Amino acid sequence: MKIGVFICHCGSNIAATVDVLKVVESAKSMPEVVYAVNSMYTCSEPGQQAIEEAIKERGLTGVVVASCTPRMHEPTFRRTVERAGLNRYMFEMANIREHVSWVGKDKAANTAKAVDLVRMAVEKLRLDKVLIPKFIPATRKVLVIGGGVAGIQAALDCAEGGMDVVMVESEPSIGGKMSKLDKTFPTVDCSSCVLGPRMVDVAQNERIELHAYSEIASISGYVGNFDVTIRKKATYVDWDKCTGCGLCTEKCPSKKSYDRFNEGMGETTAINIPFPQAIPKKATITAASCRLLSGGKCGVCAKICTSQAVDYTQKDREITVKVGAVVAATGYDLMDWTVYGEYGAGRYPDVITSLQYERLLSASGPTGGHIRRPSDGREPKEVVFIQCVGSRDPSVGRPYCSGFCCMYTAKQAILTKDHIPDSRSYVFYMDIRSPGKGYDEFTRRAQEEYKAQYIRGRVSTVYPKGDKLVVKGVDTLVGEQVELEADLVVLAVGGEASQNAPKLAEKLRISYDGYGFFMEGHPKLKPVETNTAGVYLAGSCQGLKDIPSSVAQGSAAAAKVLGLLSKDKLESDPQTAGVDVKRCVGCRKCINVCPFGAIREVDMRGQIKAEVIEAVCQGCGLCTATCPQGAVQLSHFTDNQVLAEVEALCQS
Amino acid sequence: MPELTENTKELRIVGFLCNWCSYGGADTAGVGRFIQPTDLRIIRLPCSGRVNPLFIIKALMSGADGVLVSGCHPRDCHYAEGNFYARRRLEVFKHLLPVLGIDRRRFEYTWVSASEGPRWQKVVTDFTAQIHALGPAKFFADAPELDFLKAGEGVMQP
Ligand SMILES: Cc1cc2nc3c(=O)[nH]c(=O)nc-3n(C[C@H](O)[C@H](O)[C@H](O)COP(=O)(O)OP(=O)(O)OC[C@H]3O[C@@H](n4cnc5c(N)ncnc54)[C@H](O)[C@@H]3O)c2cc1C
Ligand code: SF4
Ligand code: SF4
Repeated sequence: MKIGVFICHCGSNIAATVDVLKVVESAKSMPEVVYAVNSMYTCSEPGQQAIEEAIKERGLTGVVVASCTPRMHEPTFRRTVERAGLNRYMFEMANIREHVSWVGKDKAANTAKAVDLVRMAVEKLRLDKVLIPKFIPATRKVLVIGGGVAGIQAALDCAEGGMDVVMVESEPSIGGKMSKLDKTFPTVDCSSCVLGPRMVDVAQNERIELHAYSEIASISGYVGNFDVTIRKKATYVDWDKCTGCGLCTEKCPSKKSYDRFNEGMGETTAINIPFPQAIPKKATITAASCRLLSGGKCGVCAKICTSQAVDYTQKDREITVKVGAVVAATGYDLMDWTVYGEYGAGRYPDVITSLQYERLLSASGPTGGHIRRPSDGREPKEVVFIQCVGSRDPSVGRPYCSGFCCMYTAKQAILTKDHIPDSRSYVFYMDIRSPGKGYDEFTRRAQEEYKAQYIRGRVSTVYPKGDKLVVKGVDTLVGEQVELEADLVVLAVGGEASQNAPKLAEKLRISYDGYGFFMEGHPKLKPVETNTAGVYLAGSCQGLKDIPSSVAQGSAAAAKVLGLLSKDKLESDPQTAGVDVKRCVGCRKCINVCPFGAIREVDMRGQIKAEVIEAVCQGCGLCTATCPQGAVQLSHFTDNQVLAEVEALCQS
Repeated sequence: MPELTENTKELRIVGFLCNWCSYGGADTAGVGRFIQPTDLRIIRLPCSGRVNPLFIIKALMSGADGVLVSGCHPRDCHYAEGNFYARRRLEVFKHLLPVLGIDRRRFEYTWVSASEGPRWQKVVTDFTAQIHALGPAKFFADAPELDFLKAGEGVMQP
């Protein structure tokens, strides 16, 4: 083999703490290395050209680049060597930036470490084999999980691009949080006027198959070929027959069911349609509140329904679909605000969450859009908003900024004045964070035009006094204690990853961070990709964001899906396992251990042998570590290759 | 966090990291400039389940002073269940080390996710300190006789 080694300065990112020329010198004496050179920015156009030229001029048959993490530029450089006529798998990387220059202070030690990493890469490369990718057929259909504004955007854009879409939403209606909002910042336009038509588009688009009140039971397979099992939860109403007339909801005698859509700001009937613009507009029975389903006598809704849609015997059903790609858009939840005992959260009826307040503001809400206190129905005159409740607060494990609360609090202060002109709003804040087009102007309008009084400081306690609430806090700008008597206290409760996000991540085999937000493939370059091929992210499931950003991500994810499935055959990664039949003794251990069922048993002249189905193999190498014979080897991570790396390190 | 003095002589520490979580976590630590001791060299594997205990023995017998394996947190494996196999294998393996005359503390396995840069820094710093406390590994010729077997110390009871 004729190996060329390229050591990158990465400007000063590597060169500042690694003696690059010394690494080059050391590389020159490594086995089978015929050429070693430094490069200012290997990934730049001249940097890549230099590699291509060296391959051609010097007849290199293998290339090592020592630069940044292979998780970033391995695909880039594989394409580079391929352009020069090499097989793209005759390439290895040494990570001397993230793992060396950025984490070590001592230049001599860093340089020695970089030399070791290059030597390991060279030794590994010497055992690399030419691999040729195969092509696998792909299903041109996408699964969108979550029907909030981000998921809706992704679904509509995919459908627009000619892709079939399966949308799964856990609630009885799509719409997500946005459907609960009254108006939206920074334009103060009506939320349901913006979102409603988009929801209708989802229902009417022939390419979109909607499964509401459903969840993902399981997902198996791989990019291009996912097998999805969807559990359709029992609604006790045959949705094919239900016309959404709402007659049943008028007659249902059980009227004290928790109203999820209204965030508990009202009560609803056991059989209900969550809100007038719901998509699908179908009735669902909450079993726990239904007199008949909880063992009593009733059956009123079945009698009243003119289309015989009610079916008390309905059970959960499972259906399976095949898709080629998945977009996760499961959004966020509000954090458990009752941990703020000092604010009386959850104890005093007139201390409510911002989302509950949206429902009080909304014309389709429980009060018909008239702001009334939950305790006595009176119109509040003094409203206190407390920001950062469960945001930027390490003491409750929420050190991050939720991003949208400053803005929606300003919006709610403006709307309060619109609804009750003689009201006064007070906002306790830590900082006002309003980057975004027209955002800072908006928070200023709340203060200047709508006379909301902003007080910089935190609130220590809220307690009742007569029919009022005393809010005690501090104004850190003037350095004084503040005590206000409020009629209503609205907590800007921070967001967190939706409750079942980690469980879903495990099913999708994608990563999530310490808070449960899904991890993007790269914080800058792959904002909507994940590390699992064919799985994309949209909206606040990846990190809290407002509507414009969620929509942008929905479109971005759709673009990725359309790009991926633009061909009906996908190139499969040839770094798979393979069996040496001469060594295989047919013990079946690998077959049992493979998580993907990628190994099958074949009969070879009366003897049992293992055989890897390449298109199914994901390249984990579990089988290789399991086989007692060393018969099944994962290419590019063979036992010999790993041992060569160990050897290169320990013998140096 | 224990600090290593600047002039401590480096020891040989080999790390086997899964590509999806821990290698990413080490990258995250790099991006965040979380300074670490320089002894560790990382070998990238697809999954912690790819780790054959043979690799670890080979490393220790070839002169490594310590070996660290790190994968995805249990239930968060990119390949669904690779780290469960790793956990079982490596736990048993750890108990067998004394049989080979190797101090168990020279080998650890742990879980670090791709977002846990600070955790990776701590893992590396702590493990490096642990190996420095043990000092360089002795050559196998110097290994104690198997008399500890009699005492049953460090060996799994059947
Ligand atoms: C009080 C308040 C006011 C706000 N006001 C504004 C505003 O004025 N302007 C603005 O830009 N932003 C505002 N926001 C932010 C806005 O709510 C979000 O940006 C937006 O809702 C994010 O959309 P999404 O689709 O990512 O998530 P979501 O709206 O949370 O939608 C996620 C959807 O996925 C579903 N789902 C969850 N898990 C699963 C699962 N496992 N399987 C299937 N389905 C699942 C959920 O039921 C939901 O329908 C406000 C937020 C709050 C709390
Ligand atoms: S584990 Fe090895 S020997 Fe056993 S069936 Fe699989 S390849 Fe053959
Ligand atoms: S490497 Fe082996 S265990 Fe892993 S997916 Fe491929 S065949 Fe299955």
